[in-house]
Parts: sequence; C-alpha cells; structure tokens
Amino acid sequence: MSALYIVAFITVLVFFGLMLGVAFILRRREAPRLREIPAFKRLHRAIGLAVEDGSRLHISLGRGQMLSRQSAIGYVGLSILDRIGRSTSISDRPPVATSGEGSLGILSQDSQRAAAKYLGVESDPMWGRVTGLTPLSYAAGTLSFIEEEEIGANLLIGSFGNEVALITDAAERKEGITLGGTDNLTGQAVMFAAAQEPLIGEETYAGGAYLGAGRMHTASLYAQDILRWVLIGLILIGALLKLFGVL
Amino acid sequence: MKNPIYAAVAIGVGLVVLVGYFLQIDLLVNLRIILLNWATILIAVALLVGVVNLFTVHWRKLSTDQPDKINSIALLVGLTITLAVSGWFGPTTPISLWIFNYIQIPVEASLMALLSVVLIYAGVRLLRRKPNLLTITFIATAVVILLMSGHLFGIDIPGLAALRIWIGKVPAVAGARGILLGVSLGIIAAGLRILMGADRPYGEN
Repeated sequence: MSALYIVAFITVLVFFGLMLGVAFILRRREAPRLREIPAFKRLHRAIGLAVEDGSRLHISLGRGQMLSRQSAIGYVGLSILDRIGRSTSISDRPPVATSGEGSLGILSQDSQRAAAKYLGVESDPMWGRVTGLTPLSYAAGTLSFIEEEEIGANLLIGSFGNEVALITDAAERKEGITLGGTDNLTGQAVMFAAAQEPLIGEETYAGGAYLGAGRMHTASLYAQDILRWVLIGLILIGALLKLFGVL
Repeated sequence: MKNPIYAAVAIGVGLVVLVGYFLQIDLLVNLRIILLNWATILIAVALLVGVVNLFTVHWRKLSTDQPDKINSIALLVGLTITLAVSGWFGPTTPISLWIFNYIQIPVEASLMALLSVVLIYAGVRLLRRKPNLLTITFIATAVVILLMSGHLFGIDIPGLAALRIWIGKVPAVAGARGILLGVSLGIIAAGLRILMGADRPYGEN
C-alpha cells in the first residue's frame, strides 16, 4: 500500500473515531450552539412560511451521479429533503424535489414517500421529478417548473455547474428566495453571485445538523471542525519549514 | 424505525467497497469490482427510470388541466421521435447524429449564450443586493480576468496582464484549495454517516 493510501486510510479512521467520540459526548450533554449561517436561518423561516401560508418549497438536487464523487452532495440534499418533507408535507402544498439524474430522482421520490408515511398523508410521485438528463436540459426543465408553480423558496443543494444561474434567475423573476450550495467550484462562484444566500464549501454539508437531522450530523460537523484546524496547523507548519529551507 | 434490511445491505456493501479500496486483499478487491459493476448496471437502469419519470410528469401535465402545455407537447414529441429513431436505426447512425448535431447542440448552445447574459445580470444584482467589500472584490476580480482574457480593441493596459497571472496563480488557487479541502471533509463526513447508518436516504419508514 502506498504512503498516500496509508494517509487517506488513517484520515478516514481518525474521522470515524472523532465522530463516534463526539456523538458519545453529545449523548450526555446538550450540544453547544452552532454558529449562525444566514442561509439556514432563512431556510427555517421559509419552512415556517410554507406551513403557514401554503407556499411551496422547491428542493433542487442537481445531477450528481451516485457512483461518482458528486454522490456525497446528493446524499446531503436527500437528507435535507427528508427533514423538510417531514416538516412541511402536512401543508397544503408539500415540497417538490427536482433532479437531473435517474437514481437521484428515484431516491427523492423514496424520501418524499417516507416523509408522507411518517406524517400519515398520501404521497404523490409528482413530488420527486426528473426534469432533464443533461446539465442544460435539467436547468431548462427546472426553470419551466419554477415558472409554472407558486414557489416560496428554492433550495439548491447538489452538484451544479454554471447552468445553475438559469435556475436562480427564474427563481428571482418569480420573487422567490434562493439558497444554495454545491461541490463544484464553478457552480460555487456562480451561486455566490446569483443566489440570495449562498453556502460556501463545507457549509453545504452541514445542512443536516442545522435542520436537526440527528446527533451524528452534529458530531460529524464537530469532527470536520477539528480536522480542519489540524489541516490548518499542518499547512502552516509546512509553510514555515519551507520558508526556513527545511523542506 | 426504517427497514433494517436496506440499512444492512447499504452498510455491508459500503464497507466492502471502502476497505477493498484501501487494502489490496484479492478477495476484497474482486468483491469490490463485482459490487461496483452491479452498481453501474443499476445506475444505467435508474437512468431509464429517469426517462420514464420525465415522460410521466409531462404526460400527466398534458392530461390534466395545467398551463403551458406546449412545453410538455414539445418534450413528449421530441423524446418519442429521438427514442424511435435511435432505437430503430442505432444511436451512431447519420440520422441519429443529425438530431444530435442539428437540434440538441444548437438548442444547448443558445442556452449557453443566454447564460452569459444571465451571469452579467446576476453580477449587477449582487452589487445591488450586497454592496460590501467582498462583493466589490468579487466583481472587480471577474472584470480584470475578463478584460485580460482577450485583447480589448488591441489596447494593452500596463500591469493588467501581470495582475491577471498573479490572481490566477496565488489568491484564486489558494481560495480554491481552501474550498476543496472543506468540501473533501464534508464528503468524508457524508460518506461515513451513510456507512454508519446515521443517514439513510433510501427505503421507507
């Protein structure tokens, strides 16, 4: 096994240990307050509004393939969809998920069905739609969906490229709120300009913890924070060693 | 509680694939390859399910009283013709490629052209919505990079080319690496939550 594999394996094991450790600590004591992220604050408000005034929430899951690096952001989107579904399925207009990939479409319908069953309401397959199977056809299908429906807030969590600008533009024209995050660097830059509340980098992956998806979500957030500080330390040490000619 | 069989399958398969990636034990590596091949086939089936879902959604819009039926008609007709032509003649025959080259590519190219206008508009809207230092830096950087991406009326503004190279090599790379490190940690966290069964985006209650 090469040195790179060993480092990667150790990192995963350390992460796993940290998550378990923090989850164990959180069992005994209340979790400290998470730092405020404006996007999630607005999302909470949008969920409340959706229940009160019957406006619809739209969760766009992107087009991350389940066998690629983009699957992780897809799972985060599905986890958020599950939480939102459980909070708002009882309203007159339950949330609708759109995706640009077949497996994500199936999983989004599954999440919606689970949320409906949890609340004892009937599910509708139209709550989880595949709107296109290439980046631009997905954007075109999603923007026509936004044009046709009365949507209060659009949450874009998934793998998006620059085509996400077309979706956010359609949402702005309908005077809806747009919040979003992606794992794609180009998509992040576009979302920073186009979305009202962009999520940067790892903030996107914190969605479950901020929506109360469970102790393990919060534990993973703390594990991420600890490892980030370790990485910062290692980068600084490396820079200093390079500066003094040791490396 | 969610169905434990789904969780057991997901956790078991996930662990075999992960451990098979790190430890080069023949049994694990072979098992990992078999499982990944099965997953590839399932993903291809899911793609077909996606096409059926797309068709169903628009068919339902057409059969119920909903606005903008013309979009649904265009999609259903286009999808049926493309499937029929590709299925009958094959996906790489001249007639199938004609559909791809003379319909799909021009339509997507026009959307790309629209995208550039939308992005400029988004930049202006960002300045109006959040007129702070971060926004100004973002827009100014984009303008500098755009100005130096091609010759502007043959005018060479001194220092701008060097500034563009510096932005591309130092702050842009540093920022991108920082974001990617955060994203990587997020990916590990999401993967481990699935492996531990804490996150189960599959199966009903």
